[in-house]
Amino acid sequence: MHMPLEDTLGLNLLAANQHQAEHNHEHFQAWNLLCLNLMSSPGAGKTALLERSLPALAADWRMAVLEGDMTTQLDAERLEAVGIPVVPITTGRACHLDAAMVSGGLKLLKQRLDPAQLDLLLVENVGNLVCPAEFEVGEHHKVALLSVTEGDDKPLKYPLMFRQADVVLITKVDLLPHLPVELAAIRRNIHSINPNATVIEVSALSGEGLDAWHQWVRQALADRTANSSSAAHAADQSPALATA
Amino acid sequence: MHEVDMTKCLLISLNEWRQRRDDPSAMVETVHLEVGRFTCVEPDQLVTTYNAAVQGTWLDGSRLTITDIPFVGRCLVCNSTYDPVPESAYRSPCCDHPLEEIVSGRELRIRSIDYRSEAGAALESGSIQRMR
Repeated sequence: MHMPLEDTLGLNLLAANQHQAEHNHEHFQAWNLLCLNLMSSPGAGKTALLERSLPALAADWRMAVLEGDMTTQLDAERLEAVGIPVVPITTGRACHLDAAMVSGGLKLLKQRLDPAQLDLLLVENVGNLVCPAEFEVGEHHKVALLSVTEGDDKPLKYPLMFRQADVVLITKVDLLPHLPVELAAIRRNIHSINPNATVIEVSALSGEGLDAWHQWVRQALADRTANSSSAAHAADQSPALATA
Repeated sequence: MHEVDMTKCLLISLNEWRQRRDDPSAMVETVHLEVGRFTCVEPDQLVTTYNAAVQGTWLDGSRLTITDIPFVGRCLVCNSTYDPVPESAYRSPCCDHPLEEIVSGRELRIRSIDYRSEAGAALESGSIQRMR
């Protein structure tokens, strides 16, 4: 019996997804298109936020949405009503969008318009605080939403999501007077796991904080050609990605 | 069940490895992974998913081993390393500093593959010259 041979790979387990994400990112760069990946638990208010933000930004920027939804197209229908092109990506059983699904969404989008004519692509991920954090889709920035009704401990229970996010939006702050939750505790927990995160408090209902969020998006749009955040992500994930 | 998608990614990488080797006799025995504690991977589920996914494929009979990599942070105030835990909000126990630097725990790595091959057996028995 011969001893087995060993081949050292040192490959990222998710190398296949990573390659597709890099491919998507190259397209975004070529189109000079800023891509934001919106992630949160179900019901944190991703769609409600977009219903407010899309009309507010539409005067200055051309946008489209890739809408991840496990089984329905309900969110896509809500956003189409705002007048922004929406491509629904029904993920079936998958609890997150991966780079290949986003690539498929881009192909459908291209049937409707020329992506090079767009400034901003918003990817609304499947509502889930776990695995969307691990699957890059080629985005420039990860945006995590956390509603005040979820409690201040969520950043500690789902640390990877809040660690990976460049921006955390604390949503539904209009409900704060009715809840035994401290905004300072939410902020502290987010910054404990991710001291570099930009944290913005918003309410899609009252409109509070939306200006600050929109200002962040405008700044990201202004910076989009200057630099890409993928290098920053790679630095944070260096053990995994350096060898990918 | 994101382990299903992770297994799909792994199988793509293993298929690519096989194509690169261009050696149909290469039979994978064990795939060694390194998985950090600060990832969303559940090692047992990954093994279960892998065992189900390889049935009837060229990888049928191969095994997945997972080496656990600890989650380690470094306190940027005093430079000591620590085990970030939710009870202290992942902050350093020494200086109560936020988690800035992650030393390890984010690994999702296919470390190596153990395999047998006729070409390799010949190589081992010395019937062909060592190739570098």
